[in-house]
Amino acid sequence: MTTNLILAWALTAAQIMLGLAMGCAAWRMFFGPRAQDRILGLDTFYVNAMLLLLLFGIQTGRIVYFETALIIALLGFVGTVALAKFLMRGEVIE
Amino acid sequence: MTQAPDLPGWAAIFVAILVLAGAGITLIGSLGLLRLKDFYERVHAPTLGTTLGVLLIVLGSMTCFSVLESRLLIHEILIALFVTLTTPVTLMLLGRAALYRDRAAGMATIPSDDSERRPLE
Repeated sequence: MTTNLILAWALTAAQIMLGLAMGCAAWRMFFGPRAQDRILGLDTFYVNAMLLLLLFGIQTGRIVYFETALIIALLGFVGTVALAKFLMRGEVIE
Repeated sequence: MTQAPDLPGWAAIFVAILVLAGAGITLIGSLGLLRLKDFYERVHAPTLGTTLGVLLIVLGSMTCFSVLESRLLIHEILIALFVTLTTPVTLMLLGRAALYRDRAAGMATIPSDDSERRPLE
């Protein structure tokens, strides 16, 4: 069972790396000098969160996490597009 | 905290390599987002995570679930397809909005337009 131990530690290390990546994106989201930097940070943040959920899915072997990741991918795209549109025009729906 | 599904040896090693590579590449992209100087440079960095990072982790997840259930399970490809399709759209809109805002504010850091400086022959 040594290969399973390697997989377990690899999953944990990957989760820590993605957590650090989410920290970088959150820093850019909170302290970004301008509004577009914050939106870019938010975009990166949700992609990293989605990858982290996929890793939880691999770790526990359950399908539920996949559905959550898919919903995050869908809603994050819509949110970022709406925010970019807001920066461009000052309103989302014209 | 450290638990893993019961995979046979080759699949466990394969999934471990894919997952580590994907997470590492995503971390490099996010570090770039943190460290690069300008918005127009920063906008390139997270695409490392949204292309190669997503692809590798999704591939690892597909391998894991296919081996666990001993049938072909590739529904994660939906995520890879969707993220790969939507990221260029998002970042193009965002870049255009940033360009508009910087021009309106008269900032000096706008990337110069090569076609104006150097006319086509």
